[in-house]
Formats: sequence, structure tokens, C-alpha cells
Amino acid sequence: MSVLVIAEHDNAQLKVATLNVVAAAVQIDKDVHVLVAGGGCQAVADEASKLAGVTKVLLADSPALADALAENVAEQVLAVAGGYSHILFASTAGGKNVSPRVAAKLDVAQISDITAVISADTFERPIYAGNAIATVQSSDAVKVLTVRTTAFDALTAAGGSAEVQSLSSIADSGRSKFMGRELAKSDRPELAGASVVVSGGRGLGSAENFKILDPLADKLGAALGASRAAVDAGYAPNDWQVGQTGKIVAPQLYVAVGISGAIQHLAGMKDSKVIVAINKDGEAPIFGVADYGLVGDLFEAVPELSTNL
Amino acid sequence: MKVLVPVKRVVDYNVKVRVKSDQSGVDIANVKMSMNPFDEIAVEEAMRLKEKGTVTEVIAVSCGVAQCQETLRTAMAIGADRGILVVTDEELQPLAVAKILKGIAEKEQPELIILGKQAIDDDANQTGQMLAALLGWPQATFASKVEVADGKALVTREIDGGLERLELTLPAIVTTDLRLNEPRYVTLPNIMKAKKKPLETLTPADFGVDASPRLKTLKVTEPAARSAGIKVPDVAALIDKLKNEAKVV
Repeated sequence: MSVLVIAEHDNAQLKVATLNVVAAAVQIDKDVHVLVAGGGCQAVADEASKLAGVTKVLLADSPALADALAENVAEQVLAVAGGYSHILFASTAGGKNVSPRVAAKLDVAQISDITAVISADTFERPIYAGNAIATVQSSDAVKVLTVRTTAFDALTAAGGSAEVQSLSSIADSGRSKFMGRELAKSDRPELAGASVVVSGGRGLGSAENFKILDPLADKLGAALGASRAAVDAGYAPNDWQVGQTGKIVAPQLYVAVGISGAIQHLAGMKDSKVIVAINKDGEAPIFGVADYGLVGDLFEAVPELSTNL
Repeated sequence: MKVLVPVKRVVDYNVKVRVKSDQSGVDIANVKMSMNPFDEIAVEEAMRLKEKGTVTEVIAVSCGVAQCQETLRTAMAIGADRGILVVTDEELQPLAVAKILKGIAEKEQPELIILGKQAIDDDANQTGQMLAALLGWPQATFASKVEVADGKALVTREIDGGLERLELTLPAIVTTDLRLNEPRYVTLPNIMKAKKKPLETLTPADFGVDASPRLKTLKVTEPAARSAGIKVPDVAALIDKLKNEAKVV
């Protein structure tokens, strides 16, 4: 049987997360189909058909799917679920919203946030904020998985030429209505997929002071992140949060500024390739995972770093 | 209108768990247990709706071992009117919990069920969505603002890159994100009062639910350790290391 990947997209473009999920899917089976469910999303289907490793693209294009309402997207997935041994979502806000609905309707367990494929029925996943790794085996007929994108290197977005098959789309549930969306406008890369991340913590002291990170992020082409403490204190928006209950990142370079390094924060960034920590407290736990630690006043060090890089 | 709030007993937020040497799981013997933080936010939100006059009764539910009644008492100390304990020694997984909660929802007929978005032990982030699917109700996960009026819930949700607003027709499911509210401190008089509130004990069998786990945990191991690197004396040395040793800038 084939495996099905649910594409992550904004109706115009495929999100990079989909490439990571396809990478996990090909480890399970060579016959990987991608479902593009959206509204006015033909371009996304065309893009998906070129992905290496993808053998078929299913396109469900309907106004009922345009706003990615969980009720409708789950129905659309269920409409085609019968032909698949595995159904994979990205472990993003979008994937996590829909996937459990699909699993529950199929009366199967969902395996959340897999970080490794051991075999077709056995997977690794972190528990307790990444302080333990569980190896779990599913005996269900269909495996519904969400994939931690940072754990699988994205496949190339070229080389494939899969056929695109149009599906008749489901009806609107009528129970939930999309009222609007405010996306932060930013020229910076998306946090979850950025190759460099500059994150600030409570040590920054205020939302105003957080701006000290801007020149450094500009210089490094970095996404901005924050610790939960900084988000709680109102210094940074919630979608910047890196950690157990926020985003999981694994960039080439992670710069932690004024972050002490609570276990919940470390859970979100400790797989980064190189970690730099700048903190005035030399005993802060962040130094326990940092490749390069600088003990000192961040208000002096950060501008100096921005200027001299 | 009634609100149902499921609460989970988990290892306290501040405890760093240890993996057992036989790899059978994590050691939770003699470890401090608390209410899952996101569930506390859920109880708080239900109380705020009650204080606004939108909600008439808040019912807390917990599924698991007998000690979960402590978690229910905490929910009642925050303000829940009564508690339902569904007791079992079985390792409960999200699908089984969702099935039990479906049974309770059918019995109690709440208009709104507010759950934490994820529990900080298994980090599954599934139960609310599964319950919504089983009941055929609409859902708004990762809520940062909830308004209820005229048979609808207007919910602001945290999504990747920003916020979105949904209007749900009740009955509906909401799962809480961090910024929805800041839970109140539980006071001693309220802890005393909570001891007198009604607590009903049921079992999964009362709802005809087979709660046996679907996923088998083969082993639990420590994550690969990351060793500490070096401390650099100044910014110049840091830049030198990043350029010439790590080669990341």
C-alpha cells in the first residue's frame, strides 16, 4: 500500500515542511502520494508533482478547503484514506490541528511528532519535553503520524514528475466559519525552517530592548525567536516561542541571548548544529549545551557582535 | 450553559524526569505531580466565562488512577462546581480518553468543552481534536481568546506566523494555548471548600470504552546528550570561533 502526505501550503506555495514530511514518508514506502487540499491551489499541486520521491498528487480544490478549517480538511483526508497504510502530517500548527481528527475517525492511535522511522510500524518520538525518547509500535491498520520536520532533511524540490489527479471535494461542515487571519509581516525567514535563529529571553528586560536583536538578525539573515519567559512577559509575540510548547528548531546556528535555558526551552533548540549563548550569569544552564558561551552584558555584546560580524 | 473541563494529572512542570535503567519508561515514583498547566488555563477560562454570567456550571473530569481526584480537587479549588473521576489503572492514551470524554459529553450535554492543547508528559496534542471528531463538533485549537455569545464561540487561535479567528456553532471544543489567561492562585478557603464539592467516580466500562493502549512502548531512552562547549572571553574571540572553527558565518 502507498503512503499519503498531507501538504502544508498557503494556497499559493508549498511550505518547506512538506519536503521534510516527504523525506520521512519515503523511509516508510517508495510509493508516496501527496494530498493538496485548499482553495485555488493548482500551483501548489504542480509544485508538489515535481518533488523527488512523490509518485502521485491528489488535488482537492474547493472554497470549503481554502481556509484550512480542521473539520473540512479532515473530511477530505478521510475521503481518500481508504487506500493508504500511513497518513503523514507535518507537526506544525496546521498539521496538529487536523491529524487527530483523522485518526479518531479511523479509530486508530495517532503517533505525534515522530523523529525517526524504525520500521513501517515502529517510530521514535520525544516525550517529557524531549527529556526521554520513546520507541513506540502501532498495531493499528492505518498509521496516522505527525512528523517533526527538523528530524528529517528536506528532499529536493525537483526531479519528480508525478501525475496530478483532481478529487471531487467534500461539502462544508457548516459548523465553523473562518473570520480572518493576521499574519505578522516579516522579511525574515520562517522560524521553524530558518538556518540561523537569534532568540531572546527574559534577560532582554522589555519589548523595547528586544529590538537590540534586530541588527544582529539582519546581519545573519536570521529568524527571531524567544523563550517562553520572554513571551509570557510580553516582550515577544507567541509565535516566536521556541520550546516544548512552542516551535522546535534545529538551525545551523542558534544564538541565545539573555536566555537562562530552562529544560522546556532546551527541548526546542538543542538539536541546533552550533549554539551560541550570551548571558551575564555564568552558571546559567544554557551554557551546558552551548558550543560557545560568552559571559557578559548582552547590551554591550550584542551591538558589538552585530557591528563586527 | 454547562462547560466540561478535562484535567490531567502529570509530573510537575519543574521536575526533570529520569529514564529508568531498564528502559521501561520514566521514573515517576515519589515525584511531584500537578495539574497539566494547559488544563489549569482551561479551568481558569471556564471560570471567567462563569463569572461573566455566560456559563452556569463548570464540571471538571479526570481520567486515570485514583490519585487523579487530587487534580479534580485542585480544579474545584479554582472554582469548578463538581468533579467526575473515571478511574482505571490502564495506561490511557489520547484515543481512549477521547472516547471516555465522548461518553461524559453525551451524558452531561455541555455546550462547550475546554481542554489543554497538550499534556506536558506525553506531549501528544491530540485529545481535544479527537473528541471533536468523535462528537462531530467544530473545534478551535490553540486558543488565545474566547468569547461566547448567541450560541456561538468566537475564538482567536495561535497559528504559525500569526493569529486567526474562527466562529464556531455550539456545542464546540476549544483547546487552550499559553496566552489565553493567567490562572489564579488557589486560596486556602477555596481548597477547603473544594473538599466538600461533589465528586462522582466512574470507570471506562460505564461508557462501554475499551481503554487498552493502541501503541506499545518498546523502550524509553535518554536523548543523545549534548556536551557543553567552551566559554570565550570576548566578542572578538566569539566571532573568530564562528568564522574559523564552526564556519557558520
